[in-house]
Amino acid sequence: MAIHRQQTLSQPADGLMPSGTAYHEQVAARQRRGRTWAIVFQATMLSGIVALCALLLNILNQSFGYVAIVNTIDPTELAVDGVPLNELPKDNLVEILEANISAGLMRRYENDMPFTERSREDVHDLILERVVEPQVQATWGLFDSIFARGSVFAEAEEQFPGSDVYFRSWLTTSFISKSQSSEPLRAGVRTAIFGSLWVVAITILFSFPIGVGAAIYLEEYAQKERLLNRLIQTNINNLAGVPSIIYGMLGLAIFVRILELFTSGAFLGIGDQSTANGRTIISAGLTLGLLILPLIIINGQEAIRAVPNSLRQAGFGLGATHWQVIWHHVLPSAMPGVLTGTILAVSRAIGETAPLVIVGASTFIALDPSGPFSKFTVLPIQIYQWTSRPQDEFRNLAAAAILVLLILLLSLNASAVLLRNRFDRSRAIA
Amino acid sequence: MTVAIKRPSQTQSETVSSSPNGTGGNAIEAERMSVFYGDFCAVRDVDMKVPSNKITAIIGPSGCGKSTVLRCFNRMNDLITSVRIEGEVLFQGQNIYDSEVDPVEVRRRIGMVFQKPNPFPKTIYENVAWGTRINGFRGDMDEMVERALRSAALWDEVKDKLQQSALGLSGGQQQRLCIARAIAVEPEIILMDEPASALDPIATLRIEDLMKELSEKYTIIVVTHNMQQAARISDYTAFFSVDDERTGNLIEFDDTEKIFTNPGQKSTEDYITGRFG
Repeated sequence: MAIHRQQTLSQPADGLMPSGTAYHEQVAARQRRGRTWAIVFQATMLSGIVALCALLLNILNQSFGYVAIVNTIDPTELAVDGVPLNELPKDNLVEILEANISAGLMRRYENDMPFTERSREDVHDLILERVVEPQVQATWGLFDSIFARGSVFAEAEEQFPGSDVYFRSWLTTSFISKSQSSEPLRAGVRTAIFGSLWVVAITILFSFPIGVGAAIYLEEYAQKERLLNRLIQTNINNLAGVPSIIYGMLGLAIFVRILELFTSGAFLGIGDQSTANGRTIISAGLTLGLLILPLIIINGQEAIRAVPNSLRQAGFGLGATHWQVIWHHVLPSAMPGVLTGTILAVSRAIGETAPLVIVGASTFIALDPSGPFSKFTVLPIQIYQWTSRPQDEFRNLAAAAILVLLILLLSLNASAVLLRNRFDRSRAIA
Repeated sequence: MTVAIKRPSQTQSETVSSSPNGTGGNAIEAERMSVFYGDFCAVRDVDMKVPSNKITAIIGPSGCGKSTVLRCFNRMNDLITSVRIEGEVLFQGQNIYDSEVDPVEVRRRIGMVFQKPNPFPKTIYENVAWGTRINGFRGDMDEMVERALRSAALWDEVKDKLQQSALGLSGGQQQRLCIARAIAVEPEIILMDEPASALDPIATLRIEDLMKELSEKYTIIVVTHNMQQAARISDYTAFFSVDDERTGNLIEFDDTEKIFTNPGQKSTEDYITGRFG
C-alpha cells in the first residue's frame, strides 16, 4: 500500500530524497529484489537436497534387487530320502561333501579342522561353497525389481535359462559379520569395520589432545603480534587445505618407512612383521591424525575465541591464575564448539581413502585386526576395491558397504552430538 | 619470587584523612603514573592518593582514561599486551608494578566489579564459592557463601535457588552477585567500573545503597558517567579531562562536596555545570 507523505511534514525541498509515488515504487522494487534473492537461495538449497536424494537412491537401488543364480548342482538333488539339504543332520552333510569333492580337498579340510569338531552350519556352508557352487549370473536394481518385475523375469529366463531368480538384500547381517571373500555371495565387511574403528580410535587419541592443546596455546598464551606465531597460524590455515593424498605421502615416508621399527610393532616383538612392514593400523591412524590436526586446531581456536572476554576478566579479577581461568571457565565454555569441530574432522577421517591407499591398506584381507600393529583395511578402501572389480555383483556389494559406512558415520556422529549436548546441559545447570 | 604485600594495620585502616591528598590512611596511591597503548599516551602523570574506607568517584568525559586508570589499580591492564605503565602505584607502601609482585596476588587483594554484569555460567552458589576455593579457602563454604550474599544484599532473593544458574537472575541481581563474588575473597579495595550503567534506576539505587554499606569495610573506587551518582554516593571525586592529544589528565581531586560546589579549576566547573562533556 502506498503511503504518501503529507506535504505538511517538514521535508527538505531540494528533492534529493525521492517522495510520493516515486518513493513507493522504489520501495516495491527493492522488496522485489529481496524476494528474488530469497528464491535463489531456496533453489540452491533444493538442488542440494535433490543431489543428496539422488545419491542415496542410487546407493539403495544397488543394494537391493533381484539376482539370477545358477547352481552347479541343484540343492534339491542333494536331498536325502526327501529331506531337503538345509534340514539334514551333520552326518548326512559330511557324507554328501565326501561324495562330491575330491579326496585331496577333503583331507585339506580335515587338516584345517577335523570334521568331528566342525559345526553343522560350517559343513552346510562348505557344501554350498564347493558342491552347490551358486554363481551370480546377473543382478537388477531395486527400481527395476519393483517397477519392471515382469521384464526382469523375462530377461532372466531368456538369457540365463535354468537360473533361480530371487530378491536379495545385499545388506544382511551376514554381510556385516562375515569377512572378505572372493565369492560375492559370501563376502562381508567385518574386517573393514574393525579396521575403520581401530584407525579412527587412534586418530582421535592422537589428534584431539594435541589439537586442543595447540589451540589453547595459540589463543591463550601465544603473542599474536610475533612474527613466528603469525607464521605458524598462517601455515596451520594452509595445512587444512592440503590435499589428503599428500598426507598419505608424508605418512608413508615417516610412519611406514622411517619409524617402521615402531609402527610395525617390532620394538615390542609383536605384530605381523613378515607382511605388514609398518603398513599397520597405527601408521594409518597417525597419518589421518595429522590430516585432521589443522581442522581440530582451527575449530578449537574459534571456539576458544568465542568465549567472551568478560568471563576471563571476571576470573582474573578474583585472583585466579591464567591456568585456573582457562581450566575452569574458558575450556568448559569452549568445549561444545571444540567437540563440534572434532566431530566434523573425524567424520572426514572415516571417509578418507587416498592417504590410506598410499600408506598401504590391504585390499584383500580376511583376518580381523588384532591391535594397532596389525595389517588392516578400512571401509572406504573396501568399497574402492569392490567398485574396481569387473563383475556387476561387486558393485552391489560396494553399495551395501557404502550403506554400512554411512550408518557407522551417522552413529558415531550421533553419539558425539549426544556427548556435546550433555556437556552443554550440565554447564547450564552447574 | 613474590613478595607478600603487607596487610594494613588495624589503626591504619581506621584512620581517615580529611583531605584526599593528605598523608596516612591511604588505601592506594598513584605516583606520576602514565599509561601507554603502544606509542599512544592514554593517561599522563596521575598523582592520586585514595583514602581508605571511603568511596572515591572518578568522573570525566568519554575517552579521558577513567577506566584505564581504574584498571591500573589492580593490574587488569596487564591482560592487554600492548599496554605499558610508567610511574608507581603504591599499595601498602609497595609498588604493585614491581617485577617481584605477582599480579594474581594484587587482584585478590584489590577486587573488581565490571560495567556489564558478568557472572560465571554456573550456579549462584558456585559463583561466590569459586573465587575463594581457588584462593585456598578452607573454612565452611556454605557459611561463607551466605555471608557474602548477605553483604551484597542478595541473600533473601536467592537463598532458595542457590543451585540454579546465575544467568537466570535479573541484571541488577547479577551485578550484586558479582559484588558478592568480589567481596567473598576478602579484598581490601573494590574497584567498580560503571557498575550501574547497564541497570534500571531502581536497581541502580540498590547498588548505590550497597556501595555505601560496603564502604564501612572496604575502600571503593568507582568510575561513573553519572554526575548525580558521584555526588550522591562518593566522599571524594577525581575529575579527569582529555587534552588535544587525546591524553587523559587528572585535573582535580578533592572532597566531593567541594568539587560539586566550589571547584578549583575552570574545566571542572564547565564539566559539572554541563558546559562541556
